[in-house]
Amino acid sequence: MIDIALWISFFLIAMAIVLNAWRLLIGPSLPDRIIALDTMYVNSIALIILYTIWLGSRVYFEAALLIAMLGFISTVAVCKYLLRGDIIE
Amino acid sequence: MEWLDRQWVDTVLEALTAFFLVAGSLITFISSFGMVHLRDFYLRMHGPAKATTLGVGLVLFASSLYFILIERTFHIQLILVTIFLLITAPISAHLLAKAALHRKLPSTPDTRGAPGELKPEDTAREPDTPHPEHPGGTAPQRPEQPQ
Repeated sequence: MIDIALWISFFLIAMAIVLNAWRLLIGPSLPDRIIALDTMYVNSIALIILYTIWLGSRVYFEAALLIAMLGFISTVAVCKYLLRGDIIE
Repeated sequence: MEWLDRQWVDTVLEALTAFFLVAGSLITFISSFGMVHLRDFYLRMHGPAKATTLGVGLVLFASSLYFILIERTFHIQLILVTIFLLITAPISAHLLAKAALHRKLPSTPDTRGAPGELKPEDTAREPDTPHPEHPGGTAPQRPEQPQ
């Protein structure tokens, strides 16, 4: 039962990442592209977690934590750059 | 923890894991589809701000259930990632909305809550606060620092 659910989840989240990449390509403005990248890192966390379920080991949990932290910091930095023209004033 | 070794616990945990996996990935896919499909930026913010957090949170919860199923242990890293995502998603959505308003992105006419709906007294510029020592004039130039 988990195998079938795992394959369905892999397919759905991979399609979600493809849709994010499409929005990243066609996004008419800069905040559109930033929010596409933001969603893409959150979806990649989900993909890594699915991979740990598939492996049955917990090696990649720290990778998920690192991607969460660095993705948030990069989103905040780019938003600050758009808002203020500078990151650290 | 005698009752954890029974047969029906495994069945229930497996069913819950499969259900939360499919539900979380379906919600994530729907939010990404909405981000492609919707018409202006303020509508597209809804998917990543709310639905993606819920979907990835459900996938993480399914993963912690799965590791309870196969190892009978509980890993704190998954709860850490979930809490971190729950904290940071509203902050990044708030900053993105501020950046979009700052760049005056266009919105479709039937999107409600646009900045054009604000009252004139909300958007009117306040008068400058006068300098306490030189009211009515500009502040004196700062003298040159001796090298």
